[in-house]
Amino acid sequence: MNTKVLETKAKPIKKKNVMRQATLPLHLMLIPGIFLVLVFNYSTMIGVIIAFQKFDPVNTRGTLLSVFFDSPIAQFANHKNVFGNFIEVFRNSEAVHATINTIVIAVTKIITMFFSPIILSLMLNEVRKQAIKGGIQTVLYLPHFISWVILAGIVIQLLGREGIINNLFASFHYVFPQVNINDTGASLEIYKRINFLQDPVIFQPIIIITNIWKEIGWSTIIYLAAISGVDPTLYEAAVMDGATKLRQMWHITLPGMKPIIVLLLVLSLQGILNAGFDQIFNLYSIPTYQTGDIIDTFVYRISFERSQWAIGAAVGLLKSVISLVLITVSYTLAYKFAKYEIF
Amino acid sequence: MNNENKKTKVEKVKKSFDKIQKNNIIKESKAYRVFSVFNMLFLIILAALCLLPLLQVLATSFSHDVAIKAGKVFFWPVDYGVDKNNNAVFFPFQFNIAAYKFMLTNSAFWTAFVVGVIRVVVGTTISMLLVVMCAYPLSQDPKKFPMRLIYVWFFFFSSLFSGGLIPTFFIVFKTGFFDSLGALILPGSVHVFSIILLLNFFRQLPKELDEAAFMDGAGHWTILFKIYLPLSLPSLATITLFTVVGNWNEWFSAIIYINSPEKWPLATYLQSIIIRKDAQLPPGDPNEAGAQAISQQNMIAAQIFIGAVPILCVYPFLQKYFAKGIVLGSVKG
Repeated sequence: MNTKVLETKAKPIKKKNVMRQATLPLHLMLIPGIFLVLVFNYSTMIGVIIAFQKFDPVNTRGTLLSVFFDSPIAQFANHKNVFGNFIEVFRNSEAVHATINTIVIAVTKIITMFFSPIILSLMLNEVRKQAIKGGIQTVLYLPHFISWVILAGIVIQLLGREGIINNLFASFHYVFPQVNINDTGASLEIYKRINFLQDPVIFQPIIIITNIWKEIGWSTIIYLAAISGVDPTLYEAAVMDGATKLRQMWHITLPGMKPIIVLLLVLSLQGILNAGFDQIFNLYSIPTYQTGDIIDTFVYRISFERSQWAIGAAVGLLKSVISLVLITVSYTLAYKFAKYEIF
Repeated sequence: MNNENKKTKVEKVKKSFDKIQKNNIIKESKAYRVFSVFNMLFLIILAALCLLPLLQVLATSFSHDVAIKAGKVFFWPVDYGVDKNNNAVFFPFQFNIAAYKFMLTNSAFWTAFVVGVIRVVVGTTISMLLVVMCAYPLSQDPKKFPMRLIYVWFFFFSSLFSGGLIPTFFIVFKTGFFDSLGALILPGSVHVFSIILLLNFFRQLPKELDEAAFMDGAGHWTILFKIYLPLSLPSLATITLFTVVGNWNEWFSAIIYINSPEKWPLATYLQSIIIRKDAQLPPGDPNEAGAQAISQQNMIAAQIFIGAVPILCVYPFLQKYFAKGIVLGSVKG
């Protein structure tokens, strides 16, 4: 009798209804985020059509998305086929240079930022006094949080004509003697000040070194976390067996860091086309375009300074597509080698 | 419980091991001690190299124009003036605050500063609300919320692929936010990386908590704001601080989206002065006392330093949280 009453009472609440009641607020919570992502992200994916058009912003009359459909497709304009803009990109020597520079700078950055933090974190790990270790870490982490605008300002001040590097060279000017003959005919040995940032030969090294300066400390965090996770009894056993510190580092610490090292190496694959827009945009100048111009700065200049929007969009689309492939490959490898799952 | 026991055990072993080493029961080799000293020296020099550029700029900002041009400034400020015998001399270690005086009375600087602060406050609030409201549904069990996977991929894909700079520019142009604060805040307000960080944290919280709350009649909003958020304060603090720093440092969007320089945030204003040098400030009345001390060099140096000050103020808090929050969120297990 009692059980029957309970059953009849439980029946009206259907399983499906409970689910719907429970998930509605979840959908509601997502609405603002989805809306913004749709407007500012997915709509730009439709906008890649610019790359196939003879795009002219003057043609844009309508609202939001119609901006991408007001210009004629390249085929019907002066270009021979739909890929006219892309052909123009490949013929543009500036774009080719920018691509080469991007890959050279990015790969060098990846290599330097792969080895240096590992070595630095191993060295930091050997510092016994916590206060000194903490102090060093505090100083080394700091540049990561300062923007490239400020850091580039500092670099410009240091390497400029009136900067400290020139001052140093000037005080030891006999290192780089420069003989000038003045009006009276007497020869004067003076140091000729130069702006190091305008030298195309040393521009890339400057980029690499300043990048290390900014990021090396920050990159050690994840390695130090891995090191602190190593079982200390392993070291004890090794010491009992007579292992030197170097041996301990090689056979215990490094293997302990191995999963993270593999993971970060694989994930760094994503950065091959990212040479660091913020850094280069703030440091390069016309004399160093030849070695310093990268894809992102090229896109900015050709679109915003020369108004060749379609070319900029074509380069941007190529970069986005290749990046997507690289990211997919790197995440697949990360999952395979390090069992890394993003969400 | 088991885990905690293990942790204390590990710590005990660590302590006893340190003790053994301290008492030199296991003697460290001489070579290692030599290495230790050199290692520490090397790291201290490295840290100094990291700081010296900042110090040099700080010294330049406090120096007299003549001293800078004469190349007298090496990590300490040098003033220039007339001594008792009316000879022009350099005064090392003397601070000249003319550049700061000029900077801080400059209304353009303060306008940009206020815009920067408004942008950080509004931008961070919006971003954090979005992050929290997106992370909670996406952290749900797929059995209870079957649409989860679709939504996760919707957000994740948006971080993998975008149309690039030019289509984004025209979208912002057409949304009508052009030349306003909205153009700086809204396009990048959904941080997918932060959402993933927070949703991974939410998933580690015990499921019994929200089940119990649900039984007591709490809805999803209540569970999110009354249970989840108070429990994830360290994670939230980390994400908030990074959003604040990101917003404060971001300079590029104002260059393309905002035409009128008086609406620029401080980061963009500084970029225009420090890097592009196009908004050259007039050195004021040349007859005014101290006006000759100001030059492009120490003025820029002063602005570089002022631009870095807010970050230096937040930095101790950042350092407190980032190691925990970021490592916890990004490396699972």
